[in-house]
Amino acid sequence: MMSKKRNIIALTIFLLVALATITANLWLPVSPAAIDANQRLLAPSGTHWFGTDDFGRDIFARVIVAARVSLAVGVIVAVVATVIGTLLGLVSGYFRKTDFILMRIVDGFLAFPALLLALALVAALGGSITNIVIALTIAFFPVMARVVRSAVLQIKNAQYIEAARTTGTNNVVIIFRYILPNVLSPIIVQSTFIFAKAILAEAALSFLGVGVNPSTPTWGNMLQESQIYITIAPWFSIFPGIAIVITVLSLNILGDGLRDAFDPHSVKKKRKRKPKQTAPAA
Amino acid sequence: MLEVNNLHVHLDTPAGLVKAVDGVSFRLEAGQTIGIVGESGSGKSVLAHSLTKLNPEPPATYPKGEILFEGENILTMDKKRLRNLRGKEIAMIFQDPMSSLNPVFRIGRQLMEAIQTHQKLPKKEARQKAIELLIDVGIPDPERRMQDYPHQFSGGMRQRVLIAIALAARPKLLIADEPTTALDVTIQAQIIELLKSIQKKYGTSIIMITHDLGVVANLADRILVMYAGKIVESGSTADIFYDTAMPYTWSLLRSIPRLDAGASERLLHIEGHPPNLIHPPKGCNFHPRCPFARDACLQTDPPLAERGTNHMAACILTKPEFDKEKRAVAERKGVLLS
Amino acid sequence: MTALLEIKDLHVHFPIKNGVLQKTTGHVKALNGIDLNVKKGEILGIVGESGCGKSTLARSIVGLQKPTSGDILFDGNTYTDASAKELYELRRNMQMVFQDPYTSLNPRMKVSESIAAPLKAYKKTKNLESRVKELMELVGLNPDDHYNRLPHEFSGGQRQRIGIARAIALEPQLIVCDEPVSALDVSVQAQVINLFQDLQKKLDLTYVFIAHDLSVINHIADRVAVMYLGKVMERSNRESFQTHAQHPYTNALLSAVPLPDPDKERARERIVLKGELPSPANPPSGCVFHTRCPKATEFCKTNIPVPEERGVPGQEVACFYPVGAEEKARITL
Repeated sequence: MMSKKRNIIALTIFLLVALATITANLWLPVSPAAIDANQRLLAPSGTHWFGTDDFGRDIFARVIVAARVSLAVGVIVAVVATVIGTLLGLVSGYFRKTDFILMRIVDGFLAFPALLLALALVAALGGSITNIVIALTIAFFPVMARVVRSAVLQIKNAQYIEAARTTGTNNVVIIFRYILPNVLSPIIVQSTFIFAKAILAEAALSFLGVGVNPSTPTWGNMLQESQIYITIAPWFSIFPGIAIVITVLSLNILGDGLRDAFDPHSVKKKRKRKPKQTAPAA
Repeated sequence: MLEVNNLHVHLDTPAGLVKAVDGVSFRLEAGQTIGIVGESGSGKSVLAHSLTKLNPEPPATYPKGEILFEGENILTMDKKRLRNLRGKEIAMIFQDPMSSLNPVFRIGRQLMEAIQTHQKLPKKEARQKAIELLIDVGIPDPERRMQDYPHQFSGGMRQRVLIAIALAARPKLLIADEPTTALDVTIQAQIIELLKSIQKKYGTSIIMITHDLGVVANLADRILVMYAGKIVESGSTADIFYDTAMPYTWSLLRSIPRLDAGASERLLHIEGHPPNLIHPPKGCNFHPRCPFARDACLQTDPPLAERGTNHMAACILTKPEFDKEKRAVAERKGVLLS
Repeated sequence: MTALLEIKDLHVHFPIKNGVLQKTTGHVKALNGIDLNVKKGEILGIVGESGCGKSTLARSIVGLQKPTSGDILFDGNTYTDASAKELYELRRNMQMVFQDPYTSLNPRMKVSESIAAPLKAYKKTKNLESRVKELMELVGLNPDDHYNRLPHEFSGGQRQRIGIARAIALEPQLIVCDEPVSALDVSVQAQVINLFQDLQKKLDLTYVFIAHDLSVINHIADRVAVMYLGKVMERSNRESFQTHAQHPYTNALLSAVPLPDPDKERARERIVLKGELPSPANPPSGCVFHTRCPKATEFCKTNIPVPEERGVPGQEVACFYPVGAEEKARITL
């Protein structure tokens, strides 16, 4: 019951963040880009809830708008990495002949730490949103491919797959109608985690100065800009930081919740069936 | 020796309350073998586990009834006495011998532990006793096999080891829950012979739980037939097989293929499948599947009633009525009468 | 009459791999020279204990398992080296019913889709819905109520009916049934066995029916093959299977089956086999049964018996010392 409540809170927070940023133009009282040299580095107050930054811009407005880039990068990376990773995982898990080659390539990517790989790629390609998405997709699809492959291997020899083969069903149909629907749950769980990781990674890249164009407000860019003022205007760093934390945390909780919901073992915990013996009498 | 009176066991599952055992009563005399026959979901396994209160609580609760073992009520016993009773006076063996053995300890150690739990014996004597037990249950080369781990034994041999462990404290009652279901038929025959010889040698009472009517035909003095948490017929083995008084038992006997039957014999088709105990049928639990069913079966849930000496059946048909109708049903269904 | 299915000296060996380098250190000889044939319209029962290779045989017949050597012919055509396309053509005429009704249906597919799968695979999609409904009716499911349901809403017996409907959808000539009733409740088994028998008559089917339960095989099969450690011990007609069994193993099996008849059960003499099933990775020399056989001699340790007629017509036994009529009389039921 406890975990159910936790999942609902996480989902609510995430949806609020998403809704706030999408509709920001409709309700934000101040433009996130409005510069006011007289209002630099003001502490949080009634007019500026989160204070102002070094150009006198409203941090609350910027944190809200910055979520657009962060969430967009997260969504696109999660979707693209999931599609590529899933296809690779399905093919590699189902066809033994391709398995070896595909998995060695995937292992090659996995050998690099994801963030370092993305950093190197962005450094080479240049920092734009498109390039960040490409870099993060390359960094995260191998994990998905691995997850899907192992899920496929687990059910590949299930009787209903063999039954499909003996009824003359071709491999494409088997993969997409028999295997994919039965490995969807780990895919959904994993894509939630990729979403969260991509948001973190985008922030990290921007913070390191190789991310999105510094003029675009993103949480990473804001942290980057704020670091020299951390002692005199800590709110400048704290609020974008909190935004990252609650977004990523709620996504991770959602991922965990989904995993529990899909996991047959957690069903067993609820004891749906008759209890079985656990120990001998002696 | 063992007396079960109006026992109810409920399982509280997320899907609803399951009346797994619903008012069961029976008696077991010393040295007797009782067979409890039923399909999956009939409550036979829950009943067996109740006898030493082994059902996990929750979900199990015991709202009504008593289990008297030599006059003591097991359901109200304190934990210490219960622990002492299990294994020492009542031992159990299960369907899956692997999950009942600890995979990381040698067989010898597990066996000696079982011996020393209930008897204060020095190691050397315990070891000697363990070897004797292994010889008793027919494990060749016991001294060497004591050094082996469970995975080095075959399924049949593991079941023998478990029987040895169960016998360690010379229990008065052995409860065997489908002990041969996972085994091949030739190994099953070995285990049945073993149980018989143990009974002869030590006079142990046995409760044999199974879905296989053949197994109890060989082994049991008395048989209880369970359906949907209730005993629907009980009697001597001969009563159950040759003087069947309950449509379920009769149908079951007609529906199993027999090795000694003629080629053209048709099997009795029992409609449907065993009921869901969360929403049991109205009236008699068996009526939706019963070839003898009539309107009255929907209204009343017939209690167990006398059909002969120590022979009870739960059916609204009296014995003469049932005998008369059997012929018509057999003809209609195209199966042999007996 | 010619055989619909012929199996000639079939071997299936699985490599045992060990160590970091996955070196092959031996072979599990699941099937070790099987000869069988199935005539059109008959039911061949295959019986044996776990580890005898009967499931591997089923998988080989439907082309899920490539044989190590030997030949399988359907209607006179071999398919042991068949391409995917040839197997596709073969399966139009050969389908399989699986053991476990709980895992043999795609849990995320509606019943109607599962039954329609073979029809779609062979592009027989004309009047698909009415054909599926017709099939459901044929196996005793309710076409209106059950059409759009998922497998988990059904009991074991009903699921096995779905599996059977799927197997007969293409009107195949041969159906391989691998332990199709062993996972079912006692009171449900008879329904499914009766269904198999009715369908065979109605649709003129041929079955290879595999089971570990001798009573089931005795009930349904026209001819019976008894397997032990990857070999056929005895082949017999249904009439003589039980009464004239000549192989010591067949007789041991028969005598081990508990009869639901206390008087007979307590009066009969039981052959209790000694010892355990040897490892199929290292089967005994000579006759594979000699380590457990009550009649084995030194001769059996070095010489391999082949199934041949030894006194009883239609009864082929792979044994040097078949059980004679006199001896048989004592152990018969």
